[in-house]
Amino acid sequence: MIPANFNYHKANTLKEAIALSQELGEEAKYMSGGHSLLPMMKLRFATPEHIIDISKIKGLSYIKEEGNLLKIGALTTQTELEHNPNLKENYPIFGDAVWLTADPSVRNCGTIGGNIAHGDAANDQPALMLALRATIIAEGVDGKKSIPIDDFFHGFYMTALEPGDILTEIQIPKTKKNSGGAYHKVERKVGDYATAGVAVHIELDDDGVCQEIGIGLTNVSAVPMRLERGEEILRGKKITDELIEQVGVIAGEDAEPESDLRGSEAYKRSIVNTITKRMLNKALERARK
Amino acid sequence: MFKCKTSPEVGGMGHSVKRKEDARFLHGKGKFTDDVKLPGMLHMVIVRSPYAYAKILSINKEKALAIDGVLAVITGEDLAQYNLHWMPTLLSDSQMVLPTDTVMHQSQEVCAVIATDRYIAVDGAEAVDVQYEPMKALVDPYKALDKDAPLLRPDKEGQKDNHIYHWERGERAKTDAAIAAADVVVKERIYLPRIHVASIETCGVVASYDKDTEKMLIYLTSQAPHAIRTILALVAGHVGLSEEKIRIIAPDIGGGFGGKVPVYPGYVIAIAASFLIGKPVKWIEDRSENLVNGFARDYHMDCELAATKDGKIQAFKVSTLADHGYTDSSANPSKYPTGMFSICTGSYDYEHAFAELDAVYTNKAPGGVAYRCSFRVTEAVHAIERMVDKLAAEIGKDPAQLRFENFIKKEQFPYASPLGWSYDSGDYKQTLEKAMDMIGYADYKKEQAEKRAQGKLMGIGICTFTEVVGAGPSKDFDILGIKMFDSAEIRVHPTGKALARFGTKSQGQGHETTYAQILAEELGIPYTDIEIDEGDTDTAPYGLGTYASRSTPTAGAAAAIAARKLRDKGKKIAAHLLEVSEEDIEWEVGKYFVKGAPEKSKTIQDVAFAAYTNFPEGMEPGFEATHYYDPPNLTFPNGAYICVVEVEEETGAIDVKRFVAIDDCGNIINPMIVEGQIHGGLTQGIAPAMYEGIVYDDEGNVLNGTLMDYLVPTAVESPHWETGHTITPSPHHPLGAKGVAESPTVGAPPAIANAIIDALYPLGIKHLDIPITPDKVWDAIQVAKAKA
Repeated sequence: MIPANFNYHKANTLKEAIALSQELGEEAKYMSGGHSLLPMMKLRFATPEHIIDISKIKGLSYIKEEGNLLKIGALTTQTELEHNPNLKENYPIFGDAVWLTADPSVRNCGTIGGNIAHGDAANDQPALMLALRATIIAEGVDGKKSIPIDDFFHGFYMTALEPGDILTEIQIPKTKKNSGGAYHKVERKVGDYATAGVAVHIELDDDGVCQEIGIGLTNVSAVPMRLERGEEILRGKKITDELIEQVGVIAGEDAEPESDLRGSEAYKRSIVNTITKRMLNKALERARK
Repeated sequence: MFKCKTSPEVGGMGHSVKRKEDARFLHGKGKFTDDVKLPGMLHMVIVRSPYAYAKILSINKEKALAIDGVLAVITGEDLAQYNLHWMPTLLSDSQMVLPTDTVMHQSQEVCAVIATDRYIAVDGAEAVDVQYEPMKALVDPYKALDKDAPLLRPDKEGQKDNHIYHWERGERAKTDAAIAAADVVVKERIYLPRIHVASIETCGVVASYDKDTEKMLIYLTSQAPHAIRTILALVAGHVGLSEEKIRIIAPDIGGGFGGKVPVYPGYVIAIAASFLIGKPVKWIEDRSENLVNGFARDYHMDCELAATKDGKIQAFKVSTLADHGYTDSSANPSKYPTGMFSICTGSYDYEHAFAELDAVYTNKAPGGVAYRCSFRVTEAVHAIERMVDKLAAEIGKDPAQLRFENFIKKEQFPYASPLGWSYDSGDYKQTLEKAMDMIGYADYKKEQAEKRAQGKLMGIGICTFTEVVGAGPSKDFDILGIKMFDSAEIRVHPTGKALARFGTKSQGQGHETTYAQILAEELGIPYTDIEIDEGDTDTAPYGLGTYASRSTPTAGAAAAIAARKLRDKGKKIAAHLLEVSEEDIEWEVGKYFVKGAPEKSKTIQDVAFAAYTNFPEGMEPGFEATHYYDPPNLTFPNGAYICVVEVEEETGAIDVKRFVAIDDCGNIINPMIVEGQIHGGLTQGIAPAMYEGIVYDDEGNVLNGTLMDYLVPTAVESPHWETGHTITPSPHHPLGAKGVAESPTVGAPPAIANAIIDALYPLGIKHLDIPITPDKVWDAIQVAKAKA
């Protein structure tokens, strides 16, 4: 439980961080909250030679609406997401998720950017980002880039971020009226990674027809998974119990869980099915309010 | 009800005074083994085996020794030069300190790195190159006795197979006959898996050998420092460690629960290293190491319960296969290799019982380490309480009613159980009635009927257990021949304040308060004026330590009797001071007075002062007393626990709606401390019932070796515990008290299991082994549905 030797570098600005990364090369890792990286280092699963601490970079922690977008700075902590009045009022899906992520002391340090950039399908924020149709903003040697969420997750701990890139901001289409989201995960005990989790975001028009829908799944595939087949069934339709039932079944079918200590594959498929239905209903209820 | 004899200021029995030790613990000022820092102290880290069963081909120390600050890499070969590479276990088995050729379980100690700081030692451990030749591990205990099973312990003379021992109690033939003739027989194979102790503080040692004085000072996370000192003297006498030269200090301990009773190889290596190097050596387990050592349970129990068709129990039989891993490291009394398992006949009155057990070797960590189980009472109670519920379900009788009809009656005590115990006291009917009243049993039965009619799954589970704690009477109980008495030594100072020392060792139970309250009760000295000291073998009287809920039954009794000796001496002094004859002196808490003239009196403080300043001619000065208490019997606390659950069929999710625990531990010394022990124990009861259990794969790898996957429940998982008590004093304990701390760990798992299985019964599910997790429930529901 003691990490191998490493060198610690503190970056005060984005520019400085990127320059450090360029100088130190591939053996350097960025660290923000550190709550994914440090446990891996303590178990010696990860042995980076250099840690570039980006947690103190100013101006990367914010939650604001600009134009049609909700913008969240990458260094915004989970706790800040939990207590932000605008998110509480208009994006309750964040409260649902953060409340189920780890424990308060981890949430005080863990950042939304780190949670996404880690590229772990067991983390909770990736499913939210998929459901909310987020765009990831990153900065690297070549300047700023904007990555649609569907292109972001590449594999187990692998993302579209290239060496030296820092995830700086998350952009989410601003919530419209008649829209609602919800997240839930089944966990074995408090603070556990999800046995399975489901994020849903729905936008209805004035007649209750589904204009936009996003469904993201947690920890039932190697890569954070969007339930596209389920979304297609609902998009452009009035959502009925029958349709919800159908999407639940599809979620159970399309998920790619493996049997492990969290349960058998069949159990997990069943959980995805059930939670998908429940989250669709909860999101609908919020959208109709 | 118990009536307090002392004022709250004196704080004798029955007062919920705050714990004296909490000020330092709550301020983070406890002094634990890892807080010990000695000049020149070195640090040790252990290299452990990735394989469950493998030959060691080579251990290359070179790279490790090349690291600046690494001083030594100690291997089994090194220890073999001093014949310290093996050590005996408490039950005449043997355990490797470090292997010379073969590793027998995953995470076994392979060698140890000594360095100038812990970080360097960890790097050194990483740099040691060990080459293994893995062998096919024996993981399933049922295969251990197969003809083609590998012989795991060829090192043991005469060992022809993997069978360790056979044990039995009771009458096999009569029990079999009763079962054969019975109207109803219910059978079940019940498994209690291995679980971790998972105390907040891991195990550790600081060993400091002084070559000049030849004294070995050892700070140790030990529940039984005196016994460990004797064992060390026996094991290491040949290298010159003599018992008077060994001083063990057990500082504050952050939870023991049985896991800090054994001698771990890490202790011995650190002690040997300090002896050889002549410098202090510290070894503190990290969390991962703690989670791969020290396992409890692992009993596979084939149970048969026979009864008449209307539910009168006639006979109980249980045949157990015990998986002891590669060595039997049980810390049981020597005549009780299976601990108190023969309490398995439970709280019920019937004639015939038979229990047998076969212990086998497998490629797992040393088995039999206790976990808050009162020496295997957890296993015994789980067996009988599951079977009683199964019988009730089988014949369609309310499980509470079935219990009432079979309970040992109040007037039957002392009750001779069919497997040889003499239960001291109890009023099982009253205890269960109180639990049923408190939870509203009848209303829940009604609600359950309604819910079942709607297709909802709701269950009510009962456990009415009898515990057996306070080992034990010298005629039957010893560890390595040392009888299981315990001790108290009281010194009252001239100013009337006191110091009392004990052979036990608190690990969080609150001895500094409880013992002070016992002395306050007996002497009338305020509990705040009494300092309690334990754990230092140079100063404390000899005792067998704290485990299996034995401290109040043994050392608590010793305290009371030592105090009474002091009171007798005090009477003589009081008579001298008041110038009357001893016969004319009477005692009431805290003072002596002249019979018929209560205004003529001397306080215990006056008497203490006189014992040093103005004692009668010919009297030995001083005001001290010591007692070594050899209990005439064990104490038999009991309890009635009722649990109500709802299960969601779609997800298998289990919601514990209510949990009522009524305990009877006789007279209560500090009700708040007892309630705290019950709360902790209930949480440690829901743990194996719903969350915890070591999972092995076919290669003997532990699959849940971190707290991420080994699910220790938190406050969030714990239901609201509702507690209460009945009081049936122990007739033989000087204070009428019984042990209590393990009752909830023993009683909660079957109550929860019974409730969940009761909820699932309409689906045709008649048994599930613990831990009963949502995915296990969901899987069982699918199987049941497929059958239906």
